Amino acid sequence: MFVAIGFMLAGGVIGYLLRKKEFKHISKVITGLIWLLLFILGIEVGGNPRIVSGLTAMGVEALIITVAAVIGSAVAALLLWRQIGKKKGHEG
Amino acid sequence: MRGSVVIVSFFVLGVLVGYFELLPLSVVDNDLAFYALCGLMFFVGISLGNDANTLKRIKKLHSKYYLLPLATVIGTLLGCAVVSPLLSSRSLMDVMAVGSGLGYYSLSSIFITECKGAELGTVALLSNIMRELAALLLAPLLVRYFGKLAPIAVGGATTMDTTFPVIVKFSGKEFAVIAVFHGFVLDVSVPVLVTLFCL
Repeated sequence: MFVAIGFMLAGGVIGYLLRKKEFKHISKVITGLIWLLLFILGIEVGGNPRIVSGLTAMGVEALIITVAAVIGSAVAALLLWRQIGKKKGHEG
Repeated sequence: MRGSVVIVSFFVLGVLVGYFELLPLSVVDNDLAFYALCGLMFFVGISLGNDANTLKRIKKLHSKYYLLPLATVIGTLLGCAVVSPLLSSRSLMDVMAVGSGLGYYSLSSIFITECKGAELGTVALLSNIMRELAALLLAPLLVRYFGKLAPIAVGGATTMDTTFPVIVKFSGKEFAVIAVFHGFVLDVSVPVLVTLFCL
């Protein structure tokens, strides 16, 4: 997976060096590749009876993780928000 | 939002194709997905590199706001760690890998599929779609109970694009810059974090 991250970094450098140039079609290419990859992921899921039969349980797992992530990040944001409010004092 | 529906449709279409064996499974057995992923990452990199320029022109933020992406990541991972014992079939690292998708469901599910298999990849897809939906639907409640930074933190890596309009509406226009900064940093962080938890 570090190879894929390397590709992102290489792209980042090229994108930054060519920052005067506008990449008009790049978002279309990205969208197309995401469609292709999720289609492939779908085929893999649909073709695997074990995953298909476990879809409901996986949905429940996903929901539990999401609730935890949402509450965790919201609490962290609240703590930072209060901290910033304290530092700013009466300015704003 | 419409874009998300189309993306999910492609996944569902794939599930149907796989289930009814409309295409040979060899389509997914070869390295096609990996090459496509590398291509995707390359182009995502180019678009982020281009955006870095825009980012620089943004006027200076209150320095404490720079900590928001970090707070988002720490809060998310702590939350995941807390519920991990409830999910007996998944390890702590699995749960954290899913959580570190930070709402970027397309990229995180593809990454996790590559390194942990399609099953956890599907959990990541579902969970991170739910996170984006939560950010979109709960924004007013989040502002009321957790302050104006909460919709941005919950939006995770999506605050530069899909959840941006909702954040500006419910947190206020002055938070637009923070949302863009936050989304940018987390877009870059997702592949790195997911890979770390897949090791």
